[in-house]
This record gives sequence, structure tokens and C-alpha cells, in this order.
Amino acid sequence: MTVSSTRRASATATPAPVLDVAKLRREFPVLRTRVHGKPLVYFDNGATSQKPRAVVEAEADFALLESANVHRGVHWLSHHASERYDRARDELRAFVGAGDSAEIIFTSGTTAAINLVAQSFARPRLQPGDEILLTEMEHHSNIVPWQLVARATGARIRVIPVTDDGELDLDRLDQVLTSRTRVVALTHVSNVLGTVNPVRLIADRAHELGAVVLVDGAQAVPHIPVNVRALGADFYAASAHKMFGPTGVGVLYGRADLLEAMPPWQGGGGMIQRVTFEDTSFAPLPDRFEAGTPPIAQAIGMGAAVQWMRSLDWNAVEAHEGDLLAYATRRLGEVPGVQVLGRARNRVSVVSFVMDAVHPHDLGTVLDSQGVAVRAGHHCAQPLMQRFGVPATVRASFALYNTRSEIDVLIDGLHQVRTIFA
Amino acid sequence: MPDTRELYQLVILDHNRAPRNFRAMEGADREAEGYNPMCGDQLKVWIKLDGDRIADVSFNGSGCAISKASASLMTTSVMGKTREEAKQIFARFHEMLTGAGAPAADLPAKLAVFAGVREFPMRVKCATLSWHALKDALDEKPPAQSITKDG
Repeated sequence: MTVSSTRRASATATPAPVLDVAKLRREFPVLRTRVHGKPLVYFDNGATSQKPRAVVEAEADFALLESANVHRGVHWLSHHASERYDRARDELRAFVGAGDSAEIIFTSGTTAAINLVAQSFARPRLQPGDEILLTEMEHHSNIVPWQLVARATGARIRVIPVTDDGELDLDRLDQVLTSRTRVVALTHVSNVLGTVNPVRLIADRAHELGAVVLVDGAQAVPHIPVNVRALGADFYAASAHKMFGPTGVGVLYGRADLLEAMPPWQGGGGMIQRVTFEDTSFAPLPDRFEAGTPPIAQAIGMGAAVQWMRSLDWNAVEAHEGDLLAYATRRLGEVPGVQVLGRARNRVSVVSFVMDAVHPHDLGTVLDSQGVAVRAGHHCAQPLMQRFGVPATVRASFALYNTRSEIDVLIDGLHQVRTIFA
Repeated sequence: MPDTRELYQLVILDHNRAPRNFRAMEGADREAEGYNPMCGDQLKVWIKLDGDRIADVSFNGSGCAISKASASLMTTSVMGKTREEAKQIFARFHEMLTGAGAPAADLPAKLAVFAGVREFPMRVKCATLSWHALKDALDEKPPAQSITKDG
């Protein structure tokens, strides 16, 4: 299949390693759930992934046996909690390939990470006439924070268009990436199309023009190994809950020299050095950007998720997910009236589609009755929906624990939709 | 879960395929938009009033089968009714979708095809989208605030 051949080309040189999916699935008890009397087929991983036992146990063990606040107490338990929290930060540093764990800020998620950069980095710097460059495939959380900054500063939003194939239109890049561009904010992987964007290429051009690059990595981290330095990302944002970790925590990687020059975003405890009513001096990185008690148990859970992911053979994961994408694309093509959006050469196991004369919501309800959980709607990417001229799509996003036989259940469900709406 | 065929009654499928009064209206006295930001469904409702009576009502836009069929049957249910009567019908309709008892006796019989929606709580908003727009149009509610496009 062409959809997967580009990314997996290197894997085909030697026999592809095999992922033991049955064993993996046993680590996710929810996958044995029955919904409406049918086995759950969970294809809404793009919204949130399921969590393995190791992650939930790490979080629960901390909460039950080791709860204490961080960086505050002289007592043993607080010291221990601080060490666990710092270790989680170091897991994340290694996970994204950062040089220094001071460059890793825990946030409440990707959205908070992007808002932090928008408000603390961009807002004080941007002038009327400056430009913020986004792409047509951004999630609302990588659009609206920039609109707020643009409105406050008089800067202007520009957009890299998307081709019919669902790739960024690089032929138009020079028209929108100019000497006026101060910030380029783009997604690593499209949450709707699964397209993997050529971040390095765009980052190199942006850097030549003096712009800073923020990458929304929320949809990339569960599928592909990330290295912020290889990508050329100045900022990289991700959420734990889409990569087998807990909700309520995420991470912002920021280049140390950029973070150093940024004022705090939120004030509070933990982010100061000394406070008087006349003046306050701020803590060094990363504490300066973590006002208040952080989500400690969740951060430890995120660290456990990283450890768990690092225990997997990623050549095998990529081969398996590539197979799921190719199989789903082929089977969807066999259902009359079904149209898949986008066919980027480089993409992860996410597929969006529409069906003639059937609204995605109706499709979602019928699939739900078969135990199949998909996302139906605009996926917080309304500009991309407008680009493709559809009000909504159905999205099936596959994780490493999904199987071909689950895709068969989806396809059977689509045939049932056709009989109802025939 | 009840069979989805309970939800997708033939009448609903028919009104989805061929919605009645599915048109923009020239010279309407009132109009309002029904928009569900969760799913992006968007319907517009127009009303022509003759005194207190709904002389003409129409809608268009995009939505799922439930929201479209509900809008279609709404137009045929409130055509010729007074504003107060139309609001009463919505109240009864809403009770049927969210309550536990049998549909009220004064609910127009054709709206009973939506009784199955009650078993699909996630879809109640679809069935009431156009009705809320109708109510807004009758009450002349101001539109929601938004971020300026040129910002």
C-alpha cells in the first residue's frame, strides 16, 4: 500500500519485527469491556488513548502511599515526592530528546502549553504588522491562542494551505513565510488526516527568516518517536492522555535560551525566589513556569507512560500501525459511497471519512450500537472541514493495541449503516 | 441499547431525505440560527408572521438525520399556529425527549416518531436544535458573541 510504504521503507529491508498485540491488550483492561452487549472496539484514540496498568498503578501507588507536595517540605515524604516528580521530568526530557530537563515544563496539557508560549513568548514581542504563521490543518487549540495574541498586538495570522491530498502545500510556503513572520505554529501530525508534516524543512526556512517554531505534538507522540532537536522545534507541546498517560498533565519543551528570556505566565507559589510587596524575583527554569502545586501524581503517571512506551519495540509498533492503516484504507475503499479524506504520503494510523447521504453523527450512533467507538464531528478543526467542503467527518484513530479484526467490525457496521439509510 | 431502528424510524428517514419547507425565505419577519458547537451542525430557521400567527416557516442548513427530520417535522407542526401554541408544542416535545412518561396528549401525533431519541441521550440536542432556533426567532434573541475574524 502506498499509504504506508514511505514511512516503513526502512523497516522492509529486514523482516519486520512482530508486535505481540494479544499480550499488549492484556495490559489494558478496558479493552475487555462490552458495550451494548458487544465487545468494545475503541477507535477514538485520537481523542484520548487508553491507559495500561503500569501507568494507573504508578499514579495510584503514589497517591496511596507517597502523597506529599513537591519542593516545599524538609520531611522525608516531600523530598521523596520531589524526587519522583523530577524523575518524571527527566523521563520526558529523554522522551522528546531535549538536552536539559530545565527545558521541560509540566502543564495541564497541550492547550496550556501553547497558551503559555502565546502569552509569554509571543504577546510581549509582537508588533502590528508582524505575522504568525499557522497551517490549514491546525486544531482549534493551535489557532485560537494565536488569534487572542494577534488581537492584543495587532499582529496578523497567515496560513499554509493544505492540498487535496491532505499535505501542506509547500509550493505556497514562500508566499506565507516571510521576513515578517515571527512565529510559526504547526502541528506535527494532523488529528483529522493523520498527515505527518515536514517540520524540519519548515523549521529550517523559518529559522533563516528569524522566526521561532512551535510544534503541536499531541497527535504525534503516541505514534512516532520524537526528537525536538532533530525536528528543529523551538517549542514542542504534548499531552499525556493521548500517549497512554493520565489526563490533566502535559508538557512543554522550550529551548532554554528562549524560556530564560520569557516572563512568567502565571504567578503563584513554587515559581518565585523571593517575594516582597515591592518586588518579586522568579525561580529559575523550569519552576518559573509551574506556579502552584503541579499535577504531581499525573506527572508521575506521564513518566510511567514514557517508560512503558520505551519498553516497546518501535519498529514493530510502526509496522503494526502501518498495517492497520493500510488495511483500513483498503477495506473502507470497498464500502460503496465511502470517501476517505486525504492520502498524504507520510501519515500515521488515523483515517477520516464520509459516506454519501449519511451524516457522520448518524454513522457514529449506528457504529456505537455495534460497540465501535469513533469520533464524529469537526474534530476541533473547522477550517480544515471547510477546506474539504464537509461539515464533519467520521474519524477512526488506531492505537498500537488495535487489530485487523476490529477493523472488520467497523466495516460490518458501515454496511449496516447503508442498509438503514439505503 | 435499543435497536438503532427504533431511532431511525421510516418517517425520520423520509424527512431526512426529503425535508419539507427546506428553503431560505425571502422577506421573513424573523430568523435565527441553531448551531451546535459540539458537532458543527448548523440550521437556520425563518418565520413569516401574520399578527401573532406563524404564516410561514422554513429552514435550511446541514445536520444529521435526526436534526434535519426534526426541523422538517417542526415546520409542518407549527405552521399556522400562534407563537404561544408553537412554544407549547416545543415544551411538550422536549418533555417527551427528556422525561419518563408517555408523550402528552396535546403533542402533535407526527412528532411521536422521535420518542426513540430518549434512549439515545447524546442525540437529544440534535432533535431540539431547530426548535431552539425557532424559539429564539420567536423571542428575537441576539446572536452569540464571537472572536472577530480580522483579529
